[in-house]
Amino acid sequence: MKKLSSLTIAASLMLSVAPVWAQKSASQSIDEYREMLQDGNPADLFVAKGEDVWKQKRGPKGASLEKCDLGKGPGVVKGAFTELPRFFADTGRVQDLESRLVTCMETLQGFNAAEIAKTGFDKGEQKNVTALAAWISSESQGMRFNLPQSHAQEKMFYEVGKRLFFQRGGPHDFSCASCHGEEGKRIRLQDLPNLTKNPGDGIGFAAWPAYRVSNGSMWGMQQRLNDCYRQQRFPEPVFGSDATIALGVYLGVNAKGAKSIAPAIKR
Amino acid sequence: MKFNTKWTLGALTVAALLAGCAAAPNVAEVKALTDKIVKASFQSKGIAKVDRVLNIDETNLACAEADVAGKPLDEKTAKAIEEMNLKAVKWPSDGKFIGDWKKGEAVAQSGRGLTWSDNEKTVNGGNCYNCHQISKQEISYGTIGPSLYNYGKLRGITDPNSAASKPIVEYTWGKIWNSKAYNACSNMPRAGHAGILNESQVRDIMALLLDPKSPVNQ
Repeated sequence: MKKLSSLTIAASLMLSVAPVWAQKSASQSIDEYREMLQDGNPADLFVAKGEDVWKQKRGPKGASLEKCDLGKGPGVVKGAFTELPRFFADTGRVQDLESRLVTCMETLQGFNAAEIAKTGFDKGEQKNVTALAAWISSESQGMRFNLPQSHAQEKMFYEVGKRLFFQRGGPHDFSCASCHGEEGKRIRLQDLPNLTKNPGDGIGFAAWPAYRVSNGSMWGMQQRLNDCYRQQRFPEPVFGSDATIALGVYLGVNAKGAKSIAPAIKR
Repeated sequence: MKFNTKWTLGALTVAALLAGCAAAPNVAEVKALTDKIVKASFQSKGIAKVDRVLNIDETNLACAEADVAGKPLDEKTAKAIEEMNLKAVKWPSDGKFIGDWKKGEAVAQSGRGLTWSDNEKTVNGGNCYNCHQISKQEISYGTIGPSLYNYGKLRGITDPNSAASKPIVEYTWGKIWNSKAYNACSNMPRAGHAGILNESQVRDIMALLLDPKSPVNQ
């Protein structure tokens, strides 16, 4: 932390004396700040909790999640994350990691899925869903995204996700593409990944779940999309809704080959 | 499940028709399913009501369609959209185009307003610095839009109230009020048209860009 504060001071000194340089320095120091935080990513705490929650006997049925099928067979966790969202025959739906976890919590443990979907982020069982997502993603760290596109519904969801990505609306006429449709753009000093293609290892889809320093909390992809839509001035996407899942398919398929760094740490 | 079977059959039909081509889902079916999914997936929250995704105007529909196709609108459609938006521009009620650049700077800095975490009392900002460089002093600016540094100076504006300045002044008002009047599928919000900013706020942003005393023109 000492290192961090001296860097902050150095950065602010540079800002005041060398405005021409300042831009690069500010953006560089943000990168360095992230790098330093990477040494002790608070996401690790959620990873540890998630593994516990997975193994614990919980819910009305007093069962663990160890038989949950995340797409690679009951109980297989490693490599599951980088192939989600995908089609599940038992529910007849394309599901992302979080909605699939809620399905397992209902079928194996007897929780009420609709009730969990209605619960706010960072509250009640949603906290456990986020921790589980953090742990499950960590088990695929370093693996490359490779979403299946063989089922007709997976193909369909990619196309729907693409339309949603370009859907303009709300008072500001924003779409996802307004910010994420071009290379090398920024909002203020924040670099924006181009999500219409593979934006690179550990960028965009390959970085969530992530610990958000600015909010001091762990976010899954569902919450990330929820906040995008908030800033886009859209109404709220329902947790686990098909719109969020179709967008996940579009982003995930576009990210094919990108190395996952989830759970990452973000500003 | 019924619905699932229905479109699976649809996709198979398309595959058969294309006879061996890699079967992408049928466009009409994708559109219909997207509409259905949008209706089921969004809920009103605070001031952000579902009509924001259910009642999308002609301009946004046409531009989104072009974005999905990955090619710009054809010239005729683009012109028609621009004309329609130009007609909707509300010119200053008292004929005054230029306000106070200092207030304009505050409007340009603010990115607040109209999200579900805002309320009716939130004073909306212009979000300008999120996408544009404006004054040289503010180094935290976005790059989605072009730099507006020296906006008035570069256009030779020495007195924004003069007759010679009129075309630039009017264009600038129109662009802020309704960006789509000049570029059908501009990424820029229609600040006046959509009720994001009021007339007096637009006047102040005008001053920020065009007043020779504004830091933008130093």
